[in-house]
Amino acid sequence: MSLDSISASAGTGIRTLPAGPGFEPFEAVVARHGPLVLRVCRAVLGPGAADDAWSETFLAALRAYPALRPGSNVEAWLVTIAHRKALDQLRAAARRPVPAGDRPDRLDRASRDGVPGGWESDLWAALRALPPKQRMTVAYHHLAGLPYAEVAELVGGTPAAARRAAADGIAALRRHYLTEEDPS
Amino acid sequence: MTSPTTAAGLFTALPDTDADAQRRLHARLTAAAAGAGILDVAYRTLDSPYGPLLLAATEQGLVRVAWAREDHDRVLAQLADRVSPRILLAPARLDRAAREIEEYLDRRRTAFDLPLDLRLAGGFRRTVLARLTEVGYGRTVSYGQLAAAAGSPRAVRAVGTACATNPLPLVVPCHRVVRGDGSPGRYNGGAAVKRALLDLEAAA
Repeated sequence: MSLDSISASAGTGIRTLPAGPGFEPFEAVVARHGPLVLRVCRAVLGPGAADDAWSETFLAALRAYPALRPGSNVEAWLVTIAHRKALDQLRAAARRPVPAGDRPDRLDRASRDGVPGGWESDLWAALRALPPKQRMTVAYHHLAGLPYAEVAELVGGTPAAARRAAADGIAALRRHYLTEEDPS
Repeated sequence: MTSPTTAAGLFTALPDTDADAQRRLHARLTAAAAGAGILDVAYRTLDSPYGPLLLAATEQGLVRVAWAREDHDRVLAQLADRVSPRILLAPARLDRAAREIEEYLDRRRTAFDLPLDLRLAGGFRRTVLARLTEVGYGRTVSYGQLAAAAGSPRAVRAVGTACATNPLPLVVPCHRVVRGDGSPGRYNGGAAVKRALLDLEAAA
């Protein structure tokens, strides 16, 4: 499928109301939500590109933070930004000329840092085989915990379609990933 | 590996928290934020003989030094409200301040040479702090003398408030302000710390 069919618009966007009392230091936002956003970026983009998307997500979030609507769901807001940055990464990778036998996701660079047998090998290999929209719906719903209505706002289409894409993705992961990991 | 009976269980290989990656990404974020001019407040802590100190700086200069008894989390929340919530643990901007404070506490420094951001003290309090920076190492001044120096000889109480709410203890030396009878008086780091600092300067 074309990446351009995945919407970058979002309902849970940035509002431009002034920050009121009670805005916690951004450091606390990084500490609380950084690990989950990294899991989501990794599931969508794989090693390497996930670091870039995480960095751009939190830099953009820091810039916009004082204008965030008080009472916003900060985690959903961050996942929204991460989704846009993931799309940027995927589009940039799609534009790059890919040498034969190489992959646009820079698996090679990151796998040098990774733990042998860690998520960078088997799990990412199974995720990488999924269409991007399935990877995204799986990550946003099953890792980030967004309801399908919000997932659909991110990736486009109806909530029912998002649910189907996630179910297809999970089914494919069970077929291709679990059978290798857990032969019993 | 636990048997992934749920869909989320498929992702057990993907760590919930990857401390090495978070450290690396945090360093990258603070550098990028500083480069982009959106690191409004950088902070770090510094161990001292009187407990951990919180140091915070804007792009203009050192904006806050806080004792542990002031509750560092509370101080950071106040900075978020009164300066900006764009706050990150980013020690690089505090390197010089930390070094000078360490040297001072180690009796190897008698004056600070740091850019200061006094935005947390307004009006008369700021005037008091400005006069206070002129009270040199090893000297003391009474609240009444400082009130006179600030141009309001009768504002002794207000001078006490200015000292008690000094956003930059140690660097702006409110510990050198003592009672008219020469006893140390109160201090935002605790009376014992005030006495220790006066002793430290007297012994040098």
